[in-house]
Amino acid sequence: MIPQSFQYESPGTLEEAIKLLHQYGEEAKILSGGHSLIPMMKLRFATPEVLVDINNIPGLSHIVEENGKMKIGGLTRESELEHSAALAKIFPIFKDVTKLIADPQVRNRGTIGGNLAHGDAANDHPAVMLALNATVIATGAEGSREIPIDEFFFGFYSTALQFGEILTEIQIPIPPTGTGSAYHKLERKVGDYATAGVAVQITIGDDGIVKAAGIGLTNVNPTPLRAVRSEQALIGKPLTEHSIAEAALYASEDCSPSADLRGSEEYKRAMVAVLVKRMIHEAANRASNN
Amino acid sequence: MNKCKTSKEIGGMGHSLKRKEDIRFIQGKGHYVDDIKLPGMLYMDIVRSPYAYAKIKKINIEEAMKVPGVVAVVTGRDLEKYNLHWMPTLMSDTQMVLPTDTVMYQAQEVAAVIATSRYAARDGREAVKVDYEKMKPVIDPYKSMDPDAPVLRTDKAGKKDNHIWHWEAGDKAKTEAVFASADVVVKEQMHIPRIHVASIETCGCVADYDKINNHLTMYMTTQAPHAIRTVIALVAGHVGLTEEKIRVISPDIGGGFGGKVPVYPGYVIAIAVSFLVGKPVKWIEDRSENLQADSFARDYHITAEMAGTKDGKILATRFKILADHGYTDASANPSKFPTGMFSIATGSYDYDTSYMECDAVYTNKPPGGVAYRCSFRVTEAVHAIERMTDRFALEIGKDPADLRMENFIKKEDFPWKSPTGWIYDSGDYHKGLLKAMDAVGYWELRKEQAEKRKKGELMGIGLSTFTEIVGAGPSKDFDILGIKMFDSAEIRVHPTGKAIARFGTKSQGQGHETTYAQIIAEELGIPAENIQVEEGDTDTAPYGLGTYASRSTPTAGAAAAMASRKLVAKARKIAAYLLEVSEEDLEWEPGKFWVKGAPEKSKTIQEIVFASYTNHPQGMEAGFEATHYYDPPNLTFPSGAYICVVDIDKETGGIHVRRFVAIDDCGNIINPMIVQGQVHGGLTQGIAPAMYEELIYDEDGNILNGTLMDYLVPTAVESPSWETGHVITPSPHHPIGAKGVGESPTVGAPPAIANAIVDALSPFGITHLDIPITPAKVWKALKDKGAI
Repeated sequence: MIPQSFQYESPGTLEEAIKLLHQYGEEAKILSGGHSLIPMMKLRFATPEVLVDINNIPGLSHIVEENGKMKIGGLTRESELEHSAALAKIFPIFKDVTKLIADPQVRNRGTIGGNLAHGDAANDHPAVMLALNATVIATGAEGSREIPIDEFFFGFYSTALQFGEILTEIQIPIPPTGTGSAYHKLERKVGDYATAGVAVQITIGDDGIVKAAGIGLTNVNPTPLRAVRSEQALIGKPLTEHSIAEAALYASEDCSPSADLRGSEEYKRAMVAVLVKRMIHEAANRASNN
Repeated sequence: MNKCKTSKEIGGMGHSLKRKEDIRFIQGKGHYVDDIKLPGMLYMDIVRSPYAYAKIKKINIEEAMKVPGVVAVVTGRDLEKYNLHWMPTLMSDTQMVLPTDTVMYQAQEVAAVIATSRYAARDGREAVKVDYEKMKPVIDPYKSMDPDAPVLRTDKAGKKDNHIWHWEAGDKAKTEAVFASADVVVKEQMHIPRIHVASIETCGCVADYDKINNHLTMYMTTQAPHAIRTVIALVAGHVGLTEEKIRVISPDIGGGFGGKVPVYPGYVIAIAVSFLVGKPVKWIEDRSENLQADSFARDYHITAEMAGTKDGKILATRFKILADHGYTDASANPSKFPTGMFSIATGSYDYDTSYMECDAVYTNKPPGGVAYRCSFRVTEAVHAIERMTDRFALEIGKDPADLRMENFIKKEDFPWKSPTGWIYDSGDYHKGLLKAMDAVGYWELRKEQAEKRKKGELMGIGLSTFTEIVGAGPSKDFDILGIKMFDSAEIRVHPTGKAIARFGTKSQGQGHETTYAQIIAEELGIPAENIQVEEGDTDTAPYGLGTYASRSTPTAGAAAAMASRKLVAKARKIAAYLLEVSEEDLEWEPGKFWVKGAPEKSKTIQEIVFASYTNHPQGMEAGFEATHYYDPPNLTFPSGAYICVVDIDKETGGIHVRRFVAIDDCGNIINPMIVQGQVHGGLTQGIAPAMYEELIYDEDGNILNGTLMDYLVPTAVESPSWETGHVITPSPHHPIGAKGVGESPTVGAPPAIANAIVDALSPFGITHLDIPITPAKVWKALKDKGAI
């Protein structure tokens, strides 16, 4: 990598890191796993003057169940999510998604916080977080605040994180029994961004009625997209081929993909429909075994 | 598999010796160009054009010169003063080193920044400001010959269009007659995509000019160090760099695949700068530069036709090609063969009528095309014939395996003269295909396919039964820039019986240090582990044309055997002298002479070698050395029978390669493990253009996939579990019966995959899809046919 020269800071505490961010302002970028930032610096698309490396700050990497929530530290590596028994039990979707992110070397460095804070609709975790109704904890000079995931993604590379804030934790409500989740993306080859990706979490009551549904879409919209009409098409009734087909259709209509080397707009919409259908089936299948 | 004639200790042909070179490679101790650091070394980075076609109005270097560490910025105008701004290509076309007026493709070199560190050089590059005046480029080769297309090569006096050359082979009139009267004619338009070798190591060099001694040492990533030295002497001789003053050293190379045969502008700029400033200059491309600017491969637009009878006899073929060479013909073909060996496109089938022609044109794209793991356009040829064979079978409703069996050249008919004049040396195509069909369970699969079709499921079986043509080549026909395409070996056996052997070729991962040693071990009986192989230094190695086009074993491998045989002849004389018998009374087995009828009276090769230094017969030259320059009497014709099975997800177009069986005939095998490795790598590079790789340009000539994020090189994850096997028909004219294998799988795999996919889709009336065949392309084809 031959980037533009930059200053490197490695604070040992969150306070110190936030102070540095304030000190250097717009010139500073946070270095977490670095697997979005460093390729951009290599190509000189990003030319930060200061890197604030948060990797040596303790307390930002954890996966713990507490007060009905699964709490995941922002610095938790993809490989830790991939191999976490605690997550696998309640959220099988994490194994689905992490295995589809880049390659093992990247997953050893890349973090869930970085994946979300980058604000890229092509990243995989945003859709998953939408499906799971996560809350993002952002910590700044004034302390911590909670940001519901639906209010987190603003636009291209843009999130609700304010200047001087660090994404420190993700909190996911523990769903009731009868819940299943699943994620899949179509990719041109291993490590690619999604041609289209779909995350689904669904809760089915003992009476066979869908109690809750979360559906998030990857890389088929300028921002990570919740397929609201698709969720509504499922909730409050039994899961049928008809309701699933309806959900699939709505998602393909409500997304806004752009044609690129991964495929035409028409192809991507069709793939959203196929994946919504398949992920609902997969999630429902897992729900019934839960 | 051929039987081993030597013990495991000797390790001659047929033994799966572990690769000697891997001891350093697997420990990360390979020594590549970028590992070279010389005192006072400067670093070079290259400013590249953002436009495909533009006039250079001004190059402003002021800001760049202010960057700390930058010592110089070199432009075409600077090189022009020394007449170094243009250079010849290997095809006797011309290529800019740096432009003085016009850039001809996106990512073309525009200026070079020289600095005291790699980082400063890149910072300097960012600070060079170039004013361009954009012009409308020629991107579509089909439009390059339009009357209103701009003439791109205005540097060529009198050039009125963008046509480069016309080539043809076969019998046009006879072919037309057969086509006119044939029962069945099938025709498809196909594109063999523009692709890139994308070797793991990019290109680079360290040019080290010594002013005091007027001597240039050029460390560089080249597959053909000797030829490059000659080219440098031709380009720079007029400034005093004549051939004896040039030493080219090619250290370890991290993949070449044909992409490291050409001379790139960066090499020449580095030499020029080192010459002018008297310091070593290092230039190493980054990944994007490598992908965007270095020679492409393929890019043939082919109109392919086959004529035959209703019951499946192939009568004739016809191929019309449009070759997009970019802005200059920078191929690396033998001089007399502008389309390389495309005329092997008549295939493995017994018919006598074919005609093929090619027109090459200039466009505003990077120059090329190199022979990417392919003996000069054989991949294009094999794709055309193998696709059309399946197309013909589909047309008449005959199983493509049956059709092939009925049309194959029979093994007793070798040597066989092809309609375009090649003499196929040997083969047993029936045996190869039978073996592949047995391995895959062909007829069971056809039954399964029929069942699946009833249920609406898509499954396809594709065949490719190809004939390669490698080992260029016989001196009467083959040369590059006039230098005949022989290759060489020099063996020097030391008094203690250990040897060093040097070659004109250059391994880029093929395992020459092991396989050449095995050939010599086979012939001399000196253990392979005691034979050190060296290549890549023009000061020490004998002259040769280098490693590409599967030519190392057919040429330099043969030279190793022939040089060894000269040594065995000398050894016989010494043994006779030592054992006090006549030469005729001696029997030889690799490693030992003994007296007929008295096997206890013997001399080992080691004893004989020692005697050649200590006790040789009067009148005989001392020492134990031999050199051979091998001029092959013919090319070799490896062949293969490949079968691919795919399952297609109808909803997504997703393609799953379920099975891939590859039966190769590469003649006698030197090291089965290395051959298997070659086949695995080659098949993966065959699946690449079939399903993943293509360099894509928009109408302004911008490359759309200039990084490995979007130029999709398949990995182990994308590769199916390859199933390999062999049929062996030794080459009758090669000293050790070998044919070469490096390229067969890359050449043979794409049509097997394409045929399998088209076979799966054929119930919907789909007869052809251009490679790379992606899920999106399959989905669209199904959609267009109303299948989904």
